[in-house]
Amino acid sequence: MHKAADAAFFFDYFREITLSESWKPNASIDSLIERAKVVRSIRQFFEHKNVLEVETPILSRASGTDVQLSQWQTSNGYFMHTSPEFAMKRLLAAGSGDIFQMARVFRLDECGRRHNPEFTMLEWYRLGFDEFQLMDEVAELVRGLASQPELPVVQLSYKQAFSRFALPCPHTAAVDELRRTCNQQLNCDAADWTRDDCLDALMSMVVEPGLPPEQLTFVYDYPRQQAALARFREVDGCTVARRFELYWQGMELANGYYELSDITEQKRRFEEEAHLRAAMGVQKPVIDHNFLAALEHGLPDCAGVALGVDRLVMVLLGQADIGGVMAFTQDRS
Amino acid sequence: MATYSTNEFKSGLKVLLDGEPCAIVENEFVKPGKGQAFNRVKLKNLKTARTWERTFKSGESIEAADVMDIEMEYLYSDGEFWHFMKTDGSFEQIAADKAAVGDTIDWLKEQEAFEVTLFNGAPIVVTPPNHIELEVVETDPGVKGDTATGGSKPAKLSSGAVVKVPLFINEGEVIRVDTRSRDYLSRAKS
Repeated sequence: MHKAADAAFFFDYFREITLSESWKPNASIDSLIERAKVVRSIRQFFEHKNVLEVETPILSRASGTDVQLSQWQTSNGYFMHTSPEFAMKRLLAAGSGDIFQMARVFRLDECGRRHNPEFTMLEWYRLGFDEFQLMDEVAELVRGLASQPELPVVQLSYKQAFSRFALPCPHTAAVDELRRTCNQQLNCDAADWTRDDCLDALMSMVVEPGLPPEQLTFVYDYPRQQAALARFREVDGCTVARRFELYWQGMELANGYYELSDITEQKRRFEEEAHLRAAMGVQKPVIDHNFLAALEHGLPDCAGVALGVDRLVMVLLGQADIGGVMAFTQDRS
Repeated sequence: MATYSTNEFKSGLKVLLDGEPCAIVENEFVKPGKGQAFNRVKLKNLKTARTWERTFKSGESIEAADVMDIEMEYLYSDGEFWHFMKTDGSFEQIAADKAAVGDTIDWLKEQEAFEVTLFNGAPIVVTPPNHIELEVVETDPGVKGDTATGGSKPAKLSSGAVVKVPLFINEGEVIRVDTRSRDYLSRAKS
């Protein structure tokens, strides 16, 4: 009796699976063919420029430090990378010259129309470039992939981007003014938001959707506290980060830096992030000493950028949902 | 008090916002690559049906609303309240006011089952079934044989609603109507 009931249950269970659509790919086969073409063209682009393709570990004994990224950890304690940045910088320090990588990266809890917890990142580093030279190369790549050599390119400083939307100065405005602006523009309760919460909210929900869609917009000179791994510079008496982001069709596509190579400043930022994580009650980071040793040895002067391949294909194919360009999203994994 | 964190947000979830019962209509995850994550949420106020848009920092929580949809049979109106009875055999009755009944007043029919939305136990919305059968109480005389020209005329139904019906329908006939579109569907099978 019991056995029969079990059998009936399994029969229903398997019939449900077979009848459901979840075994099928999210993207159409045609979209996957187009995606493969884009990936091939990216490889050709770098081959023509003599940029070496490399592969680095997905699993690392050290964690990232970024307070806004949550990492997966394997049962034996390895961290799954959120970007291949540290390992690629070790190669640069070891004399690799210009390098690129297309890697699956993993970010816990990021799910939505434009997010899948694992996605494909194109990351590359150019020796002797600063952020402006690298922005030009990013534009060259995207124009080529879009077959639109005349696609307009606009560069705006973070401050200019904010002032274009009549938002307060991101560098000098008091945090209360930024909170008020968030409350007015976004219907939220920003009373206990930090300065960066406010800036991120205004950037991603006012500026980003408002930029002209039919042009490549590079935003550069980020607020200093959002430097991540970029160098600083002084502009009009303000310290800003030599970091840039690319926006196209209302979508954030790439994030680049004129790379920080100063070991003392790097250690200071790691400590700052560790304190911030402790204050936020987030897991303590495991510092990557191999990365620090590589910086100590010497990172050549370079600029680097990470570009979301899935999102780029979304724009190229006119897909509004990231599933439209992926074989299987996480809920069908 | 039960709460929902942003990572539990999904359409249909009933939450309390500024003390008002709301249902989440849409939930969008927004996150700059290197920045704070947010949820942009569209909510419908269940009392007024007005739509609100709100932004939350991911990880924030909001209170759950004690909202329940139950099936109830319409009994009668005393002029001030409309009385409904539970169909679960408990015979428990509830009185809904004019605000809760709203436009559904056009479709009220005795012994018909309606969906009553309760907030903290009190009725806030009465929703008619999608399809309902009602008698035509007032309309111009039917045009015999005219089933093909597609013309229509107004007809008043026993519940008070006025809908457009085909020319061949007569007073006293029972018809099936879609309560959402107010479209005539067919003659009722008797």
